[in-house]
Amino acid sequence: MKIKILYFGRPGENLKLSGETVEVAESVKSLGELLGWLRSRGENWALELSENRVRCAINQEFAEMSATIKANDEVAIFSPISGG
Amino acid sequence: MSVTIQHEDFDVGAEMQALRALSNNVGALVAFVGLVRDMSYNDKVDNINVQHYPGMSERALSKIIAEAKQRWELLGVRVIHRVGTLGPNEQIVLVLTSSTHRAHAFSSCEFIIDYLKTDAPFWKKEIKPEGGEWVVTKDTDVQRMQRWHQQK
Repeated sequence: MKIKILYFGRPGENLKLSGETVEVAESVKSLGELLGWLRSRGENWALELSENRVRCAINQEFAEMSATIKANDEVAIFSPISGG
Repeated sequence: MSVTIQHEDFDVGAEMQALRALSNNVGALVAFVGLVRDMSYNDKVDNINVQHYPGMSERALSKIIAEAKQRWELLGVRVIHRVGTLGPNEQIVLVLTSSTHRAHAFSSCEFIIDYLKTDAPFWKKEIKPEGGEWVVTKDTDVQRMQRWHQQK
């Protein structure tokens, strides 16, 4: 299934990527599993996307790692927010 | 009740005037203006870079305003958040609330900025002489936000 991923804050800068569309196996069912799949891309990915360093949103709502993802979702991965 | 995310600076006086014009029953207008500081802890900051998640940031702020409207009697709310590169002393954020009575305007303004800090997807990167550093959510900001849960 296709998932659109957006990166903001530190991971976006360090991975030099603002967004991409990925094709993931149907076996990837949760946000945590999607992050695990992305971390397997290499050392830099494993470091930047470790669960204690990022927060995520699914379709523009904050989401926990246990949240379910489905085809065509927009997933955002970002460092802790700091507005204001 | 409007939210704008923009690169340009804003005019606090003009925004207050616009909120006053909404109703003849406004008894109190409260403004919070956040500014860029030239120091972070003990480090000198040359400027900051503010990034947001287009779409979600407007949505998150609208949600925060809707929650404030549930809790207090508000006649008007205006939130402006700037993005891009900002230098020391520049305005970053404006929260304006208007109500018949000051207590509602004061509390709701504080509530909105406290929630914005923890629930709206904005990121600040401080550019210092020794390099850039992403600002993380401060524990004190989380504590301030949690206070409102207890007061609900």
